[in-house]
Amino acid sequence: MEALLRARIAFVFLVTATLVIGACAQQAKPGTSGSPAASLAGGEKPTPGGTLTFVVNAEPPSFDGHRETTFALLHPIAPHYSLLYKFDPNDLTKVIPDVADGNPTVSADKMTVTIKLRQDVKFHDGTQMTSEDVKATYDKIITPNTAAGQSSPRAGAYAVVSAVNAPDKFTIEFKLKYPSASFLTNLASPWNFIYSAAKLKADPRWYEKNIMGTGPFTYVSNTKGQDWVGKKNPDYFGKDKDGTKLPYLDGYKALIITDATAGVNAIRSKQAMIEFRGFTPQQRDDLSRALPNDLAIQEAPWICVNYVVPNTKVKPFDDVRVRQALSLAIDRYAGGEALSKTTIVKDVGGLMRPKGPFAMSDADLAKIRGFGKDAAAAKAEAKKLLADAGVPNLSFKFLNRNITTPYEPVAVFLIDQWKQVGITATHDVKETSPYQADLRAGNFQVALDFNCDFLDEPDLQLAKFWSASKAGKGLNFAYYDDDKLDGMIDAQSRQTDPAQRVKLVGDIERYAMDEKAYQYPVLWWYRIIPYLKIVRGWQIGSNHYTNQDLTTVWLAKS
Amino acid sequence: MTERATALESEAEALARRRYFESTPRKRFVRFWREFITRRPLGAFGLVLVLAMILAALLADRIAPYDPTAISFKDLLAPPSPEHLLGTDNFGRDVFSRLLFGARTALLVGFTASIVGCTLGLILGIVGAYFGGRVDQIIQRLMDVLLSFPLIVIAIAVVAALGTGEDKIANVIAAITVPIIPRVSRVVRSSALSVVQMPYIEATRAVGARAMRIMFRHIAPNVFAPYLIMMTAFLGQAILLEASLSFLGLGVFEPTPSWGLMLRGAGMQFLERAPWLAIAPGVAISLAVFGFNLFGDSLRDALDPRLRTA
Repeated sequence: MEALLRARIAFVFLVTATLVIGACAQQAKPGTSGSPAASLAGGEKPTPGGTLTFVVNAEPPSFDGHRETTFALLHPIAPHYSLLYKFDPNDLTKVIPDVADGNPTVSADKMTVTIKLRQDVKFHDGTQMTSEDVKATYDKIITPNTAAGQSSPRAGAYAVVSAVNAPDKFTIEFKLKYPSASFLTNLASPWNFIYSAAKLKADPRWYEKNIMGTGPFTYVSNTKGQDWVGKKNPDYFGKDKDGTKLPYLDGYKALIITDATAGVNAIRSKQAMIEFRGFTPQQRDDLSRALPNDLAIQEAPWICVNYVVPNTKVKPFDDVRVRQALSLAIDRYAGGEALSKTTIVKDVGGLMRPKGPFAMSDADLAKIRGFGKDAAAAKAEAKKLLADAGVPNLSFKFLNRNITTPYEPVAVFLIDQWKQVGITATHDVKETSPYQADLRAGNFQVALDFNCDFLDEPDLQLAKFWSASKAGKGLNFAYYDDDKLDGMIDAQSRQTDPAQRVKLVGDIERYAMDEKAYQYPVLWWYRIIPYLKIVRGWQIGSNHYTNQDLTTVWLAKS
Repeated sequence: MTERATALESEAEALARRRYFESTPRKRFVRFWREFITRRPLGAFGLVLVLAMILAALLADRIAPYDPTAISFKDLLAPPSPEHLLGTDNFGRDVFSRLLFGARTALLVGFTASIVGCTLGLILGIVGAYFGGRVDQIIQRLMDVLLSFPLIVIAIAVVAALGTGEDKIANVIAAITVPIIPRVSRVVRSSALSVVQMPYIEATRAVGARAMRIMFRHIAPNVFAPYLIMMTAFLGQAILLEASLSFLGLGVFEPTPSWGLMLRGAGMQFLERAPWLAIAPGVAISLAVFGFNLFGDSLRDALDPRLRTA
């Protein structure tokens, strides 16, 4: 019986590990110059001390990681918190325990996941972290107390969880509704900060305006619009391979610089050492010229993509021919090649990251309308579809947000492509808040949306494809309801065989992007991080969310 | 004074009067501009710049060698060449064509904002001067409030309240119009105050003319000179303000050609690699403002009898 159990546990881990490692192995493949990877791989011994200064080009809307979805929260605030599991900063292809004490145990029926917790983890106020804190954390994420004003945009990613239990002081247990291929890796979500149960009990929204975690850095100060400062947590539980206490840094200072050019200049003038989101190729080249001997660069594909989202509740976008025409008009390959020289978009792909573990082959992708390589034929077909739909001279307002990179160049590219088939799109640019308000109210015709995730995982990338009135509420801005598509997404989520899952995901892409043309990607992003060489111990990943707790980052002496 | 001198003076006066009455408005108009061009070369140069800008805007469709919004992937960031006189931007769009079409945005915003702003300022200035008392107090305190903020601050506040967008150019115009009003109102009021004291205004009142007729039939023509001068001066400022708002991301949006937008977007981002992207719209804005200012200053001198040369 025990052997059987072990075999089953081994199976689930094998599935998960295959997915995670497969995903990350292909997602990372960073291009590097300078020596950050080398410093991780070995050779150099980390030097403790110093303050890391980095740029964050947006202000966190609140301090609550469970509530927000922006990197602007993670970059300055993640160093204050721990997670249950996290991606290994020394090898982003692996998931390692953070406050968990080892790997999870999965029951024979794959419906119960049990995790032992470390007993040496303390909150910054000195109280010990226990399973009650982890339970309160996951309860808040999975079943937020909406009556008390809590919200959790990632609750859907944990729809598989039926209950979170704390059987003893240092054990946490997740009861699942069905075996899930993605649940274990979702426990390494960078948003799932471990919060204090006592603080949440006293005020369910306490973490929106306060900081108190178990992470490697304690909170020092925050000046709105200026900076965020943290200092080393002397009681942090983490140690490196040699037994040296982490973190290496004495502290960090995040400079809030919203203007992209000013952000580049901060690094050029060495007022800041790094910016973790990404720069354009032009900005990278400018910095390379200005700091030829002081700069290192890491690059990697990025799990971020812009979507064209026609509002299916508004005429004529309720007509599938019009939606297909909008996609057919876009010459993605020419656009990707050209725009990659000046901004952060590059690869053509479907709903899953190109060349990622779930991506469809180039040949299959080319069969989808708008993703073929014969641009002239596609444009001719687009014109025919528009004429058939009775809107040969279609015009509409194209909703976009006022963030230059890459929203503006992508929109300019799309407007030009549409113009070539007789469509007049008026660029309707708004600040992020009114832009999101319009998206949520359905107050638009066609919008440029985006999706960024921390992992190549269909459950995450397909989250916005669920029916708008069901699981896709607040994410699906195309506003369709489609039971068939819901069934397909649900089926892939329950499929634990990787090859089968890839096939099911391909079927979803064909159905959602081609047959129904509900919403479709433009170009996938490409991440470029130029930074001062003295920053060591940080490795680029295929997202700008994970690996931000700064535990292993250190500063070389010169 | 001798008899002969007196006779000569009355003869000259009679000649001048006859010439004036013999001349048609058209002749007077031609004479004014001929004198303006010959006696005020700087103003004439400003006028040439202004006319060149207006012609560029009007004939942009015919002059521009390329569609200003058409992307050309093979020409990304191409330097100036015979094919692209002022080079291309990061989308391969012809900078010269965008500059010509950008003049339309600048002039549309500049002319509309300065005409509407100056006219509203004229009305408020005349109304305040004519009625005086509480009406004047209220108008002038309101103008004081608006004057206490710099031009750009009010413009940003207005555009932030009304919203921006490619189809909301009227909001940008309104944002530029609002700060112009108090400045014109103040100048017009001071001129109108002296006109209001004139005997003929008293006479008009005495014969029972209504306030509206007195203000806009008898006072307005007498304060038209400062109004016209302020309008030309604010045209340049309005163009600069539109460029500033676009530069700050509060004006029109891509892919609409606009000088401020050209300066802000690719102009800043590719300053080192492609300096022509910033130089072309920068020079255009400078020349436009310079032209309107030169022209406005000279027009003021030409219209002001105290500064008029013999």
